[in-house]
Amino acid sequence: MCGVCGCGDPEVVPVDIHEKVLSANERKAAHLRDHFREKGVLAINLMGSPGAGKTAVLEATARATGGAYRLGALAGDLATDHDARRLREAGIVSASITTGSACHLDADLVHHALHHFPWTSLDYLFIENVGNLVCPAIYDLGQAANVVALSVTEGEDKPLKYPVMFKAADLVLITKVDLLRHLPGVRLEAIIDALSRVMPRPLFFPVSATTGEGLDGWGQWLEERRRELGGAAAERRAAAIGPVRLAG
Amino acid sequence: MHEYSIVQALLERVTLEARRRGARSVHRLTVTVGELSGVETALFATAYDTFRQGTLCAEAPLEIRTVSARWECPACARAMPRGAVLCCPRCGQAARLARGDEIVLETVELEVP
Repeated sequence: MCGVCGCGDPEVVPVDIHEKVLSANERKAAHLRDHFREKGVLAINLMGSPGAGKTAVLEATARATGGAYRLGALAGDLATDHDARRLREAGIVSASITTGSACHLDADLVHHALHHFPWTSLDYLFIENVGNLVCPAIYDLGQAANVVALSVTEGEDKPLKYPVMFKAADLVLITKVDLLRHLPGVRLEAIIDALSRVMPRPLFFPVSATTGEGLDGWGQWLEERRRELGGAAAERRAAAIGPVRLAG
Repeated sequence: MHEYSIVQALLERVTLEARRRGARSVHRLTVTVGELSGVETALFATAYDTFRQGTLCAEAPLEIRTVSARWECPACARAMPRGAVLCCPRCGQAARLARGDEIVLETVELEVP
C-alpha cells in the first residue's frame, strides 16, 4: 500500500542492483573454465569476420602438428555444418553448434555442445565462433584465451572500426599474408599500427594457411598457453608427448 | 544483433528481482552502457521495447546511461588521447581500460502492493 496516504496504490520501491547484465553467462563460463582446467584442455575462442580464414588456420594447424596433439573443435555456424566437416577431414575431432539466427556463441550453447562431444581427452579445444566482428566479443565461453583471425584482404583499418573485438583479443592472427603482394593498398605495418591503438598489449602473428608461414610462432604460443594452464593433467600429457614444435 | 539476447538477460534478472520481492510490476529501470561494451544503445532500446511486452516490465521505461571510454596508464593514471597508441608515452606501460566496457543493471524501481 502507498506509504504516503494509504490510498491503496502500490508503493514504488527502489532497489540497487549494480550487477552485470551478462553475469549469468559469466557464471556459466566460469564453470566451463574450471572443467577445462581440471581436464588439462586448453580452450581457445577463435573469432573473426566471415571468411577471415578461421577454419583454414585450424586445418593448417592440424597439418603442421601432424597428429602430435589431440585437437578438437566446436564450430559455431548459422546454418550449415560445412566447417565441422572440413575440420574432421583435417583430423580434428569436430562438431557443429548450429545457432540458427544467433550471431554469436554463448556459454550455454558451448556447455550443451560439450555434453555430446568427447572433449575431456583433448589437448586443445578450438571454439570457432560465428563469423562476426561484433557480437561474439562480449560473451565469455570459458576459454583460456581469445584469438582473432584478421585477414589482410579485409583492409588496414578493421581494428579501428571494431575496437571492442580487438580489445578482447589476447592474440591476433593476421591471416592470408601470402596475398599481400597482390594488395598494393594494404600494408602490414598499417594493420599493426591499427592494432596498437585498440589493443593495450598488441600481440600478433602474420600467418598463411596456404604457405605455412608464421604457423610455428602460433604453435609455440599455443604450447606456452597450455603450459600456463597447469594442473596435473596438462603436466602428465606434456611428459607423455614430449616437446613437439610445429613445422612452419 | 546481440542486443536482443542482452535484453533477454536483463528481463530475466529484473523479473527474478521482482518475484523475489513480491512486486506486482516494474516501475522503471536504469542500466549503464559503456562506449566499448559492444552494445548499440539505439538497438538496445528497440530490443527492450520489443521484448518487454507481456512481461513485468511492460510499463517500465528504460533509462540508458552511456559511459565514455577511458584508457589510462596503470602507473601514472594519465589518460590516453582518443585514437592514440595504448601505451603510456611517459611510463611505457600498457594502458588499462578504466571505464567504458560496462553493461550493468544499476537500479530497478518495483511496484509493491
